[in-house]
Amino acid sequence: MFPHLAAGAVSEVSTVTNEANWLLENAWLIALLPAISFVLILFFGKKMPFKGAEFGITAVSISFILAILTGAAWMDHRDNFTLDTYGEKAAVLVDDGTGSAVDNVTLAAGTAAEAAGGDGQAYVAVQKTTQWLQSGGVEFNAGIMVDGLSVMMLFVVTMISLLVHIYSTDYVGGDRRYTHFFAFLSLFTSSMLFFVLSDNILQMIVGWELVGVCSFALIGHWWEEKPNSDAALKAFITNRVGDVGLLVGMITLFFAAGKGMTFDTITINENILQGGVSHTALVVAAACLTIAVMSKSGQFVLHTWLPDAMAGPTPVSALIHAATMVVAGIYMVARLFPVFWEGMQIDGSSINFLATVGAVTLVGAGLLAFVQDDIKKVLAYSTVSQLGYMAMALGVGAWTAAVFHLFTHAFFKANLFLGSGSVAHAVHSFDMKKDMGGMRKFMPKTYVTFVIGSLALAGLFPLAGFWSKDEILVNTGGWGILGGSGSAPGSYTFHFVMGMIGAALTAAYMTRCVYLTFHGEYRGGHHDDHAEDHADDHGHHGEPHESGPRILYPLYILSAFSILVGFANLPPGFLTGSKKDPAGWQERFLHFIEPAGSSYFPAVGHATPSWWLAIVASLVAVAGAGAAFTYYFVKVDRLAQRTGEHLVGLPNGVTTTNALARAGHKLLVNKYYLDHLYTGIIAGGTKGPIAKAAYWVNQNVLDGTVDGAGRTAVQSGKLVYEKIDQGVVDGAINASGRTSDAIGEELRHINTGRVQNYAAIMFAGAAILAGAFVLLLAL
Amino acid sequence: MLLNQFLLLSAVLFCLGVYGVLARKNGMLVLMSVELILNAVNINLVAFGAFRADVGGSVFALFTIAVAAAEVGIGLAIVLLMYRNRRSIDLTQADLLKG
Repeated sequence: MFPHLAAGAVSEVSTVTNEANWLLENAWLIALLPAISFVLILFFGKKMPFKGAEFGITAVSISFILAILTGAAWMDHRDNFTLDTYGEKAAVLVDDGTGSAVDNVTLAAGTAAEAAGGDGQAYVAVQKTTQWLQSGGVEFNAGIMVDGLSVMMLFVVTMISLLVHIYSTDYVGGDRRYTHFFAFLSLFTSSMLFFVLSDNILQMIVGWELVGVCSFALIGHWWEEKPNSDAALKAFITNRVGDVGLLVGMITLFFAAGKGMTFDTITINENILQGGVSHTALVVAAACLTIAVMSKSGQFVLHTWLPDAMAGPTPVSALIHAATMVVAGIYMVARLFPVFWEGMQIDGSSINFLATVGAVTLVGAGLLAFVQDDIKKVLAYSTVSQLGYMAMALGVGAWTAAVFHLFTHAFFKANLFLGSGSVAHAVHSFDMKKDMGGMRKFMPKTYVTFVIGSLALAGLFPLAGFWSKDEILVNTGGWGILGGSGSAPGSYTFHFVMGMIGAALTAAYMTRCVYLTFHGEYRGGHHDDHAEDHADDHGHHGEPHESGPRILYPLYILSAFSILVGFANLPPGFLTGSKKDPAGWQERFLHFIEPAGSSYFPAVGHATPSWWLAIVASLVAVAGAGAAFTYYFVKVDRLAQRTGEHLVGLPNGVTTTNALARAGHKLLVNKYYLDHLYTGIIAGGTKGPIAKAAYWVNQNVLDGTVDGAGRTAVQSGKLVYEKIDQGVVDGAINASGRTSDAIGEELRHINTGRVQNYAAIMFAGAAILAGAFVLLLAL
Repeated sequence: MLLNQFLLLSAVLFCLGVYGVLARKNGMLVLMSVELILNAVNINLVAFGAFRADVGGSVFALFTIAVAAAEVGIGLAIVLLMYRNRRSIDLTQADLLKG
């Protein structure tokens, strides 16, 4: 009778449900367990045999298992979910009295499948919400939203966190705040899980800040040394700058897209995609949220905290850079993608703010990685650069590519960080030039895992980074000559070029890093009194040795993942499936993760992968690696062997002979002078001339006003005192006093003190009253 | 029954009492005059009670007698203390509260 009603019901139900597999409905358990562990470690950690580590490892292990099961449940849900009750409702709605109910259900299901974009099955997110409080008609809810993106994040976070926990039992073993460290690891994990499960923007803000606080505490774990606590403060304060953007952006979204009524992420996304939300508001929200991403995910120009955050213990760096904290910004953009899609008009465009920030970061940070001596800082800038890839991918509309790169990057970056920690654990330093070199002889196992991680990061076929990076490049849609334009959202040629440059840089700086750390001759353990200090503690000067199993096994696992995870999203054409399942292994990630066809996600186009592009990108990466290889492995190595010196570069390299190169090198060493800008010009300026100006204004304008106001107050006070208080008020009071005095003086004569006089007056009074009473009655 | 005669008796007694209270100097006599006033009131109460055939008047008279007994107890105590302190119960001399 009302077929349009049925269609409406189809599109609504096909997006969100609150009835699903038990695991999907109760995914909040995954976030709750580490939170419980945090409390247990705080109260009982020190009394336990393993100083609290057992709580953290147990909780995160259970969370990890639950996350895997939830992932499996999600895959089943994605492929097979049909809501029976929904089918019945549709049958009632479309029943026009002619067809049988069964046909109508089929019809309705068919409509749902069409709404899903012909992907067979509708993409139905699972949302469970409870009301927290209600005020002025606005509901403040707490809830979880489980879809492909959050399930993927659950898996990544719990897995990396578990490996970091195990690794930490060795790495920070014997530390004075060992228990405290594990408590915060648990809270950090829990906060990130809470953040990725949020179903409303308010909860996202809470999770975002929790992650920030935990990273502050962990970066400053060894706060006794000033640089460490400074780094923690820098991380926190730089993030506050972005948090302002986050708050403004979220508030704008609440009023513009949530109609001032709801914080619900899905509703906000739907409202934006259905149109009717002011474009100006979306532009503001998207720009503000991009600023939030710039601080949280370390994009230019607010990335400066991230390399400094290396002051924290290495496992924390791995956790921050792979699974938590920095990917929060990327996740937020992915979650609120319609805001950017509509606000920045990503579709059919060729440039926008987010993509450009990402592209600049990608190349700028890649260059910075060349001049770092600290192995962790190389990796830190590498993370900044890779996050630039992700932000750029989101900016050019390559949603799945960005999320996929987040996924693959988590594994090889965790691998690299934990590997660098393994080396540093052996030589008690992070300085590649002074204390490392030739480490492959001492630590062959760490060396292999580190090289695998580096190759994956550099994007060498067929390791993880190759697939995700190629997917980003192809989806920029730049230069159709390479076959990339297909149905990509836009044609971002500039970003495509930057991505290519970034690929070459990544391969080159990782080659440099591997050479300086693992090749050449060992430079540590002999040259300064630093080593002497440690000699007493450990009794093994000179010879570093391979790390123990609790450090190596996480490395093995992560290396295996670095090789394999790329196969999770093979482009069409690879490993074609059987007849029964033609899709085979192709684009499984896209299928399960991207909410294509759901009402809270825009219709994003996907570029056709191109063999040419893959080959060119690989050649570019190989060229970058080759250049660095020629420099370090061939020239420097030969020179070092000929002269017998420990060399970390050519004595007559291009930076010493060419003025332009020297200037560039200086610019990079000084990190583009951004720190000077922040601490010297902005903070220093605030302290210096601005402070003086403010002081002058304070003394002359503000104090003048205040003094004037004070003087006027005193004057008027005096006037009031003399005229009104003294004259009128006191006059009245004195007059009444004097009057009473005079009356009393007269009346005191009655007060004879004789009881009989009083009695006479009393009787007289009684007589008068009696007379008056009689008179009154008579009248 | 003639109510008037009782009321007249009562009025005469009341006036005698008031005269006594106001005119006598002796504290004991003043107390006795107060008793006269109270008895005048009692006569009034009983007379009206009988006139209206209501026992309430007699009951009030009984209460008055009880209260008068208490009052006399206190009054006598005051007079006794006054005598002990001043060797005199002349009320005209007791004017310490003179204003």
